[in-house]
Amino acid sequence: MSVSVLDPGVAAPADNAILRRRRRELLLGALLLVPLGALPFLVSDVYTQNLIITTVLFAGLSQAWNILGGYCGQISLGHALYMGIGAYVSTMLFTRAGVPPTVGMFAAAAVAGAVALLVGWPCFRLSGHYYAIATVVVGEIGYLLFLNWEWVGAASGIYIPLGADSVVNLQFRTSKLPFHFVVLAFAAVAWVAAWLIEGSRWGFAWRAVRDDVTAARSLAVRVFPSKMAAAAISGGLTGMGGAIYAQYVGYIDPDSVLAGHWSILIALPAVLGGVGTLWGPLLGAAVLIPVSELTRSYLGGSGQGVDLMIYGGLIVVVALARPAGLVSLFGVKGRA
Amino acid sequence: MQLRSVTKTFGGVAANVDISFDVMQGEILGLIGPNGAGKTSLFNSISGEVSPDKGTIHLEGQQINGTGPLACARAGVARTFQVVRSFDSMTVLENVMVGAFSRTARPREAMRAAQDVLAFAGLDARADAPAHQLTPPEKRRLEIARALATQPRVLLLDEMLTGLTPTEAAGGVALIRAVRDKGITVVMVEHVMEVLLPLVDRAVVLNLGRVLMQGTPAEVVRNPDVIRAYLGDKYAA
Repeated sequence: MSVSVLDPGVAAPADNAILRRRRRELLLGALLLVPLGALPFLVSDVYTQNLIITTVLFAGLSQAWNILGGYCGQISLGHALYMGIGAYVSTMLFTRAGVPPTVGMFAAAAVAGAVALLVGWPCFRLSGHYYAIATVVVGEIGYLLFLNWEWVGAASGIYIPLGADSVVNLQFRTSKLPFHFVVLAFAAVAWVAAWLIEGSRWGFAWRAVRDDVTAARSLAVRVFPSKMAAAAISGGLTGMGGAIYAQYVGYIDPDSVLAGHWSILIALPAVLGGVGTLWGPLLGAAVLIPVSELTRSYLGGSGQGVDLMIYGGLIVVVALARPAGLVSLFGVKGRA
Repeated sequence: MQLRSVTKTFGGVAANVDISFDVMQGEILGLIGPNGAGKTSLFNSISGEVSPDKGTIHLEGQQINGTGPLACARAGVARTFQVVRSFDSMTVLENVMVGAFSRTARPREAMRAAQDVLAFAGLDARADAPAHQLTPPEKRRLEIARALATQPRVLLLDEMLTGLTPTEAAGGVALIRAVRDKGITVVMVEHVMEVLLPLVDRAVVLNLGRVLMQGTPAEVVRNPDVIRAYLGDKYAA
C-alpha cells in the first residue's frame, strides 16, 4: 500500500535559509583564508608569529573536538589522549622507521580515530556527566601508560632530530613561518569536515542525538553508531593535529601532549566561541590563545595556573553574558 | 496492526495486562482510559521504546514487538510524545529533515520531502524559525510533521490535542483527518472525550492496564463499565 505523504519527485528544494546560510558560510570560509594566510607576514617578530601559528592550530584542534562535543553533544574531556597518540604515532614512525610526518600524520589520524572508537565503545553506554567523567579517566590512563612505557621514551620523551629543511618532513630550520600554512591547512580541513557534516545526514542525526535522544530514536536515528562515527572523526582529526604539533615543537613527552590540561585547552575555544557552531572554535581560539600566551609572558614564572585562571574567568564572563558563545555576537545561533 | 496478549510490568506494577485488539488499516482508533490506565505504556511497546514481557505486536504481518525503536520506525511506526520533544537547537525544517533522513541519505531529497510535509502540516511559513520559538500548538504540528517525514504506516499520537484551545484543537482535528485521508492509520491517546469521540472510527478503552471494552464511539459512551471507570459507581446506571 502506498501511504506516503511525500512527493517522490526529485526536484531541487526551493531555495531556502539553510542552503543560503551554507553557501554564505563556505564563501566566508574561503575568503577568510586570505587574511589568515597573510597574517604572520604582517608581523616581524618570531614571538607573535608563533602566537598566530599556535592560535590557528588550536582553532583546528578545537574544531575537531567540536565535531564530537558540539555537533553530537558528547562532552569529551579526554581529547588529550587522541592528540598525544597522534603525536606519538607520527613521531615514532619518523624517528624509528623514517616515515615522513606528512605521511605519518594520516597514520596518526587513523590510530587516534581507532582509539576513539575503542574508548567510545564502553563510554557511550554512559551519557551526560557520566560520559564526561569517564573520558577524563580514560585520558589519565593513557597519560600514565605512556609515562611508564620505555619503548616510547617513557617520562623522558622523544626528541625529533632536526634535519635539512624539508616540506615532506615538515621541518623548517630557518623559519617557523611555513608551519603556518601547515596548521592553516589542518584547521581548514577540520572546518570543512564540520561544514560537510552540518549539511549531511550524519550531522542531522548527531544534532538530533544531542538535542533529544528519545525523539531521535523514534525517527530511526541510530544513536550509538552516530556517537561512534562522531568520535572516530573527532579523534582522528585531533590525532592529526597532535602529529603536526609534535613536528612543530620538535620534542614530545607525556606532559607536553598527553597531560589532562590539554583536554581542557582543546575543548575551551569551542566552548567559549560557541559549541556546535562552525565559527565558535576559531573565534574562541583567537581570544583564548593570545590571552593565555600574553598572561604567561607577562606573569613570567609565577606558575602555569594563572593563565588557566584567566581562562576560567573568561568562560564565566561569557557564560553569564553570552551563554551561546562568542559567535552569538555576530547573530549566529549557537546550541544553547 | 494486531496486538495479542501484550503484557508489560514495571517492577511490581502491571502497566499492560493481556492487551489484544486489532487496528484496521486507514482508521482512526482512539485509545482512552483514566490516568494510569496504561495508554502511554502501550504506545512505548508499539513504538519499540520498551519491549513487552509477553504477547506480540504485528504490523502488516511483520512482528515488531521487541525489535527496538529503530526497527519499529523502519517498519512504519511513527509517534509523537505526551510532552513535546523538539530538537530545539534546530529550525523547524531541520527538525523535519531528521525524520526525512530515515528514508533517504541525500540532503536535497530530505529537504524537499521535509518542505512537502511542512506544507501539508500547515507549518511551511515557520520553516526557518528555531523550533524553540514555536507556540505549543505549532510544536504539536511540528512533531506530527517530523513523524510523517518518516513515511509511516501507523501514526501514534500521544495527547496531541490536550491543552489546546477549542480553535487550536479544531485545527489539530483537521490535520489528523488529513493524515488519515493519506491512508495512514492513526492511533491516538486523548483525555478530551468530546474532541476525541467525534473524530475516531473506533475506540479501545483501557482501565487498570486491561482492555475494558472496544467499539464505536456510540457504544463506548453507553457502556456502563466505561462510565463506572471514569465517573465512579454512583453514575453507572
